[in-house]
Amino acid sequence: MLETLGNLGLGFSVALSPPILFYAFVGCLVGTLVGVLPGVGPLAGISLLLPATFGLDATRAIVMLAGIYYGAMYGGSTTSILMRIPGEAASVMTCIDGYAMARKGRGGAALAIAGVGSYIAGTVSVIGLMLLAPPLAAFALRFGPPEYLALLLLGLLVLAYMRSGSMVKSLAMAAFGLLLGMVGIDQMSGYFRFAYGVVELGDGLGVVPVAVGLFGVAEILATAGQLAPPSVIRPKLRELLPSRQEWRESAAPIGRGTVLGFLIGILPGSAHIISSFVSYAVEKRLSKHREQFGHGAVAGVAGPESANNAAASGAMVPMLALGVPSGPIPAVMLAALMVHGVSPGPLLIQQQPALFWGFIASMYVGNVVLLILNLPLVGLFVNILRVPYPYLYPAILVFSILGVYAVNGSVVDVWIMVIMGVLGWLLRKLDFETAPIVLGVVLAPMIELSLRQSLAMSDGRYGIFVQRPIAAVLLAVGVTLVLLNLYSFARRGSDWRTRIALAEKGEESP
Amino acid sequence: MRTERVSGVALALLAAAVLEECWRLRLPLGTLANPGPAYMPALLAAALLVSGVLIVALGRDAATLGAAGWAEWRHTAAILGACAFVALALERLGYRLTMALACAFLLSVVERKGLVPTALFAAGMAAGTHYLFDTVLRVQLPRGLFGF
Repeated sequence: MLETLGNLGLGFSVALSPPILFYAFVGCLVGTLVGVLPGVGPLAGISLLLPATFGLDATRAIVMLAGIYYGAMYGGSTTSILMRIPGEAASVMTCIDGYAMARKGRGGAALAIAGVGSYIAGTVSVIGLMLLAPPLAAFALRFGPPEYLALLLLGLLVLAYMRSGSMVKSLAMAAFGLLLGMVGIDQMSGYFRFAYGVVELGDGLGVVPVAVGLFGVAEILATAGQLAPPSVIRPKLRELLPSRQEWRESAAPIGRGTVLGFLIGILPGSAHIISSFVSYAVEKRLSKHREQFGHGAVAGVAGPESANNAAASGAMVPMLALGVPSGPIPAVMLAALMVHGVSPGPLLIQQQPALFWGFIASMYVGNVVLLILNLPLVGLFVNILRVPYPYLYPAILVFSILGVYAVNGSVVDVWIMVIMGVLGWLLRKLDFETAPIVLGVVLAPMIELSLRQSLAMSDGRYGIFVQRPIAAVLLAVGVTLVLLNLYSFARRGSDWRTRIALAEKGEESP
Repeated sequence: MRTERVSGVALALLAAAVLEECWRLRLPLGTLANPGPAYMPALLAAALLVSGVLIVALGRDAATLGAAGWAEWRHTAAILGACAFVALALERLGYRLTMALACAFLLSVVERKGLVPTALFAAGMAAGTHYLFDTVLRVQLPRGLFGF
């Protein structure tokens, strides 16, 4: 414990230096804007801003990108509460009761509860990250290629299982993403695969053009042509203070949302989205006044908003400690760290303590910045939504192209982004999730290398995956998930994932 | 035409194309014990093929293709056209001119905005982002035939 506090002291000495504070502030500000703007989620935001970090050192870059991530979680609640438009997917549940509160004249209180809940959840979950990541990293030092392969496969299976809707479709998208990740030079044999003479494809498809195409451009293609911006409820500053009754009603949901969000955040999947749905369902089930849900229940705002912020910190645990991204956003952040020559994984904490602990401390600072930024300046952020969409989407498109081009200075990446944009638009129409594709692209080289190294270790015997206890346990968990899904399918009942899928489409409340 | 049927068939065809490409490019498959460069792509293509077939088989009750809603297709095609133009012209005409032309096209032709707001937005966007990224953040952006 004393060692942890000592390390945290080192972290604060890094995080409180003026340049780091500045980049934390910029990240939080941009993240809030990204969260406020419908359609530009944290993934597209981080991908777009990635080139802007190239001139920075690794600590400043990761602090800024993390600020964008949790800033977007804060910002997403603003439009949900005041306009009933989720700024990003994790805020869908906040729309229901947040907007109902706003219509009753309690919009300011809803924003304050969301802001304070997010702050508490963000801060408490950083403590969890701080305590959990180092022992997990120490444990992961025992991992060899078979364990990593089992972990990566488990990650994909959990991702597919946790997604709302069909597991077969999610697994198909994961397989498709892994196939895209096969493009380029084979690391073991040096063969060119599916490059068709395009030299730039030798290094494979970059995660940034794939992510920006699937999430940024696809959103623009889907929403282009929309008419006038919707009306906005503008709360006054003095209305931001919740009543004593509202504070009382929000305390327990904030606590539960924090714990739930952090635990779900560690698991693979779009944790910040799932955690808010699960938190809403839990609060509704535990409430003595279920009839208030959907009509302005305070717990319906406090729980989900706390959960999605806690999940954002939880998602950093496997990324920093194991070097394994648990979803598309940590995958892009992992790629960003690699661009700066840092390899996240078990040795990161030992080899780069200033970066790791500086990052942890910057998250405490970032949460304070976001609280200060979000409540008094809410009116300012809402004004951005008054920019007519015909002017907004060309600007987002310019930033998308700019961001993608700047990574490698290659027009091939722009083409990849355009193709992925069309694909993302079509896949949305056909009701497919695109997040597993991004994760597949990132994990493909790791999975292939681990498989071939494992087989080289065992003289080609596949028994190595069941003879080594950690790998066997991880694979068993993966198989159990597939069986659980088959069981649910055989019963033809609607499980929690089906209900979440319906809720996302606005057809049912979870 | 049901959405699941169309998507399932498309995935299965893609998987078949990958398998065919592995064979056409003469990528060694290797053995189970010693996988070659075609091993993982072939394995994944097989998984995709099975998924495609399952999606078709389980998708009898899916929505029709028309119900997915395609009303925005004209805007979509125009935006894609603008993106393709940028990809083709970026290194020939330079960043500022290409972006200004693409923005002008989107605002004047697609969104039917007036000449003055279009010109102001296009010039401002191209020059502003160039200044921010190229000058301030030192991300080198292409200069074309005309030097900008």
